[in-house]
Amino acid sequence: MFEDGAIVNELLVERLNYFIYVVLLLIGLHAMISKRNLIKKLIGMSIFQTAIILFYVSIAVKEEATIPIYKAEHDPHGEVHHHPEKGGEEAEAHHGPVALKDEEIKQYANPLPHVLMLTAIVVGVATLGLALALTQRIYQGYGTIEEDELLTKIERADDRASQSPLKSNQSPSPKKAKGSATAKKATASPSRKSGSASQGKSAAKRKPAKRKPGSGGGKKA
Amino acid sequence: MMENAIAWIFIFPLFGAVACALVGMRQSKLCYPISGLSMLGATWAGAETLMQAVQSPVHEVSYILGGWTLDAFPRGVGIEFRADLLGALITLVVLGVGLIVSLYSKLPVREETPGKEPLFYVLFLLQITGLAGICLTGDAFNLYVLIEVAALTGYGLIAMGTNRAAAATFNYLILGTIGASLYLLGVGYLYIKTGTLNMVGVQQVIQANGLMDSPSMQVAFALIGLGILIKMAFFPFHAWLPNAYCNAPTTTSCLLAPLVTKVMIYVMIRMTLTVFGVEFSFESTLWSEFMPWLVVVAIVCAAVMALAQREIKRMLAYLIVAEVGYMVGGVWIYNYYGLIGSIFHIISDACMTLCLFLGAGLILRKAKTTHFDGLRGLFAKMPLTMIGFFVGGFSIIGLPPTCGFFSKWYLITGGMVSQRWEYLVVLMFSTMVMVVLFFRLIERIHLAVNEEGKNLGHGHGDLGLTEEQTRFDEGPLSMLIPLLLAASVVLVIGIYNQDVVNQIELFLEPFDLPKGTGRP
Repeated sequence: MFEDGAIVNELLVERLNYFIYVVLLLIGLHAMISKRNLIKKLIGMSIFQTAIILFYVSIAVKEEATIPIYKAEHDPHGEVHHHPEKGGEEAEAHHGPVALKDEEIKQYANPLPHVLMLTAIVVGVATLGLALALTQRIYQGYGTIEEDELLTKIERADDRASQSPLKSNQSPSPKKAKGSATAKKATASPSRKSGSASQGKSAAKRKPAKRKPGSGGGKKA
Repeated sequence: MMENAIAWIFIFPLFGAVACALVGMRQSKLCYPISGLSMLGATWAGAETLMQAVQSPVHEVSYILGGWTLDAFPRGVGIEFRADLLGALITLVVLGVGLIVSLYSKLPVREETPGKEPLFYVLFLLQITGLAGICLTGDAFNLYVLIEVAALTGYGLIAMGTNRAAAATFNYLILGTIGASLYLLGVGYLYIKTGTLNMVGVQQVIQANGLMDSPSMQVAFALIGLGILIKMAFFPFHAWLPNAYCNAPTTTSCLLAPLVTKVMIYVMIRMTLTVFGVEFSFESTLWSEFMPWLVVVAIVCAAVMALAQREIKRMLAYLIVAEVGYMVGGVWIYNYYGLIGSIFHIISDACMTLCLFLGAGLILRKAKTTHFDGLRGLFAKMPLTMIGFFVGGFSIIGLPPTCGFFSKWYLITGGMVSQRWEYLVVLMFSTMVMVVLFFRLIERIHLAVNEEGKNLGHGHGDLGLTEEQTRFDEGPLSMLIPLLLAASVVLVIGIYNQDVVNQIELFLEPFDLPKGTGRP
């Protein structure tokens, strides 16, 4: 009992931010892998990336620390402000960065992880934008953003595209109807059977449109 | 200008991309010469950097951005470009492949993506910038950013193909983002424990603070390793690769297929040797115990899947997955010769994959198909293309004097010396599969078989083909010359293999790698 309590205490009180980051990470990963809707996948991706940002930000936190801008008492520029008439070279000498002592550093949060995460946020935005554009193209091309429907449509298109060129010779020239062994296999496969006539037609229609230059896809038989 | 060659590697393609974007919107014909010139400049800078690295006493060139000094311990502040011999070699390969592909790109880009040439070349040059950056950066977080630069431009380049390509790219994007994010997470743990992001700095802190047994470092190593394995399409995570590369425009697949996976293997070697160090990577973690077995599974599965394909491009895509298995295996058998083989294989595999994809692009253009059945009698039609294609093929099989023979030789030596018999057996098995694959292709291309499966003879007599199909009809010179160039590079690297291996040995010398049978 006591040990269980200790674990709960560590997870929920001492390490709450890390606990939350892991939970968010797993939610995001789950959504990316198992959701069927492309937009839901992208939402998962955003959660996933945000979890990592949370992780980085929380490693920069220190107790009772403030933002990493010089406090008044540490500011090397402070004196220059009080004596603006000095100016010139002496003021220049003060302007360089000044290293703080160890106990002074403790008063500031670590700025580096924040800076890193600014970059990561930009990368995340770019990825998300590109992914949304892709989703739009998929929707225009296939009329769906559900992965199941998409996969069946793609499979059908792949079957058409990957069939042997010997096979596609058949439709224009009935003389060569015998076909090679591979071509026979392709006809026998169940996915081809379903409405093969209509597919053949649409394939024949599409081909000249796709291949612009040259001899319009017809295999010179 | 000479002493800053390492910075010029980035300036040429980066500003070439900007120039393409600005000029190309008005005069899209100018994009091709701009990209060619900037690649030429970058390749010169890459060669110059390699020369400097070879000549310098410590065998590395360092360039610190913004003039921040890095003498303090740990090397904490500032961003560094570091070109040691490994990084400079791989960078030169990246730039060389980029140069050849940019020469090749004239016709396919205009015909396959009409009206989008400026956009294509902008992404193309940024892709090169990202890949070269991955090879040269000395900062673990910058590596993440550059991985994403290369990945995002890669998604764009692939999605320029058909609608099918867009769907394939979506999968690639999801998996690629998971991979890169896991890497980023691992870098976070690395930063917690070491307080620096500089690669050499991390190594110094690990040595100084004795972080060998730290569980946080184990987590960092596992996350980074897993992320890189996803990005390099190692077998269980390869699902994105075949569809993406097969449906991409010709030029895209010629650029991405030889480079992206290879550069990620470079990252793996960089992480194990330079960042975490040999002692941590191979002795404190269990990876060198189980990775060789995963490699065995990966190579067997990829080879069998390659055997099942009926299309050249798809077959080549699965060959890439198998080759990734070779190189990962070369690293994790934990042996000096295995690592030489692995690094050399990155170089030779980039060249031979380039050869094969350039050849496949020409075949697709002339024969209008890459299906095996459409290749009958092609040797009579386009002999030069076929010679170039098969130089690449023989190199993948590992026939001397192509470079594939020598890199495989070192991998096999590594397997024998470290007594990893399972790796040795699977290399042999995969070589056999590749022999079958390519000689099956040769048979189809030289000996035509008619519809009844009857052999119709040799040469270009009566192959059951019409006069038109056997007439000499070679591809355009702007595509053929790069292919022959790539084929001659494969042969030249093979003949001068000792020079390359010498540089790799110089790089590996400071690391304490077992040269004998000593197994941890």
